[in-house]
Amino acid sequence: MEFEKRQKEIIDEFEFLTDWMEKYEHIIELGKSLPLIEEKYKTDDNIIKGCQSRVWLHADLNNGKVIYTADSDAIITKGMIALMIRALSGLTPDEIINAELHFIDKIGLKEHLSPTRSNGLLSMIKQMKLYAIAFKAKQTN
Amino acid sequence: MTFQAVYTSEEKIKEIRNQFPILKEKINGKPLIYFDNAATTQKPQTVIDAIVNYYSHQNANIHRGVHTLSQKATDAYEYARKKVATFINAPKSEQIIFTRGTTESINLVAFSYARAFLNEGDEIIISALEHHSNIVPWQMVCEEKNLQLKVIPINDKGELLMDAYESLLSNKTKIVAVNHISNALGTINPIKTIISKAHAFGAVVLIDGAQSVSHLKIDVQTLNCDFFAFSGHKMFASTGVGVLYGKEELLNKMPPFMGGGDMIKTVTFEKTEYNELPHKFEAGTPHIEAGITIANAIEYIESVGFEFIMEHEQHLLQYATQKISEIERIKIIGTAAHKASVLSFIVQEIHPYDIGVLLDKMGIAVRTGHHCTQPIMDRFCIPGTVRASFAFYNTLEEIDIFIESLKKAIAMLK
Repeated sequence: MEFEKRQKEIIDEFEFLTDWMEKYEHIIELGKSLPLIEEKYKTDDNIIKGCQSRVWLHADLNNGKVIYTADSDAIITKGMIALMIRALSGLTPDEIINAELHFIDKIGLKEHLSPTRSNGLLSMIKQMKLYAIAFKAKQTN
Repeated sequence: MTFQAVYTSEEKIKEIRNQFPILKEKINGKPLIYFDNAATTQKPQTVIDAIVNYYSHQNANIHRGVHTLSQKATDAYEYARKKVATFINAPKSEQIIFTRGTTESINLVAFSYARAFLNEGDEIIISALEHHSNIVPWQMVCEEKNLQLKVIPINDKGELLMDAYESLLSNKTKIVAVNHISNALGTINPIKTIISKAHAFGAVVLIDGAQSVSHLKIDVQTLNCDFFAFSGHKMFASTGVGVLYGKEELLNKMPPFMGGGDMIKTVTFEKTEYNELPHKFEAGTPHIEAGITIANAIEYIESVGFEFIMEHEQHLLQYATQKISEIERIKIIGTAAHKASVLSFIVQEIHPYDIGVLLDKMGIAVRTGHHCTQPIMDRFCIPGTVRASFAFYNTLEEIDIFIESLKKAIAMLK
């Protein structure tokens, strides 16, 4: 399955990064490669409010695949989003709905999903799945 | 400072740190540097022991039982009330109302005093430096009763504009509610002047002392404030207990805030007669062991001494301010002439959240975000700050490590 393949790739990639500095330097780099949301979609409707950093997310359905774009005002959050998008963007709604994202835990970044982080990441994952559910509903209608 | 003095204070800090077991913790493999004291302080062994002792030897419901344990628990709880009264120089211990925290204390005044005694068109003055907990309760009561909320503005240093305050005061002003020390910026406000000017117009004054009780000696009679609110957990006691001090005549005429057990004298279905102070405002079983720990915390603070606390914390603030100013792209937010040991700053083009995450990796606990003071952040046009707030157990060495770690974080995020 495409998603599992991608998830494994990310886990393997992080295995080479031994200490926290390397890991975070990598995340910061990933943040710079994030497929950015178009400015016109950076609206209040597309904002996912965390207490601290803000996240914008947009999704399109293209040939039956969901394409996500996003942005955040914090670079580490941006890097984490880039990882999520790498794992999920371009998959079918069904694949996204069924995806079990355990790579975050495996690569030692579970703390970013803690509600106390208030970085909007947890809500973003929920939102990504909701887009997939909505696209699926549209397809079947 | 003489060499002898430095040596003595170093010894003293070492002894103090030994009393706080959590300071020996490792975070992400690094020794914990705890610079989030404005959010909550750590607890000395005596407070931790008091909690264990309570459940091992004293636990029973208070004010009701005739049995020995209940008496023991009640005595310990009421002893804490007396301690608080002496600590802030309240005339009577009955004027000390135990609440869940500063937030509840402020809500109590808003929903008891303001709701009962303010009328349409009356005005409440707060300041631009307030925590949300000293904004929202007043907004709620203003909405309900058609009152006006006025805000004392601040200058670019984060100081209240006292001329503007005076021009806001009028015979319509019924309540002035300001903090003693700003949690976000550290500004120490001239509350004595604020209080006397409000009294000249017949307004009552509530001081939010959440940030000041652990740093400054409070004397509610000298201040002549009408209400003074603070939290136990920000002064080395357990979480879940707070205090509202009020002038006796005001507390006596105020209606109860919540109904339930302990706050009544007699209850029939036709009429309930309320209990006397302080129980009138303390419905239900309180957070007993937290209340008890306030006594231990006060004894501890007094053993360290405010003279030492103030001197050492100012030293930490000055040292950290000087060191951080040497780093490029840093902007300190809050540069008031009178400041408590709070250092709020931003690094240009870097989000405070990113700094906070990386400092945490290096074992340093700071606060990032808007610190529940969104209007202040809006005033400075920033999403939030990084805030390092010091307590008397912090050291200059910790500040050195913090500065080096901050430089490292900035280098990574460039």
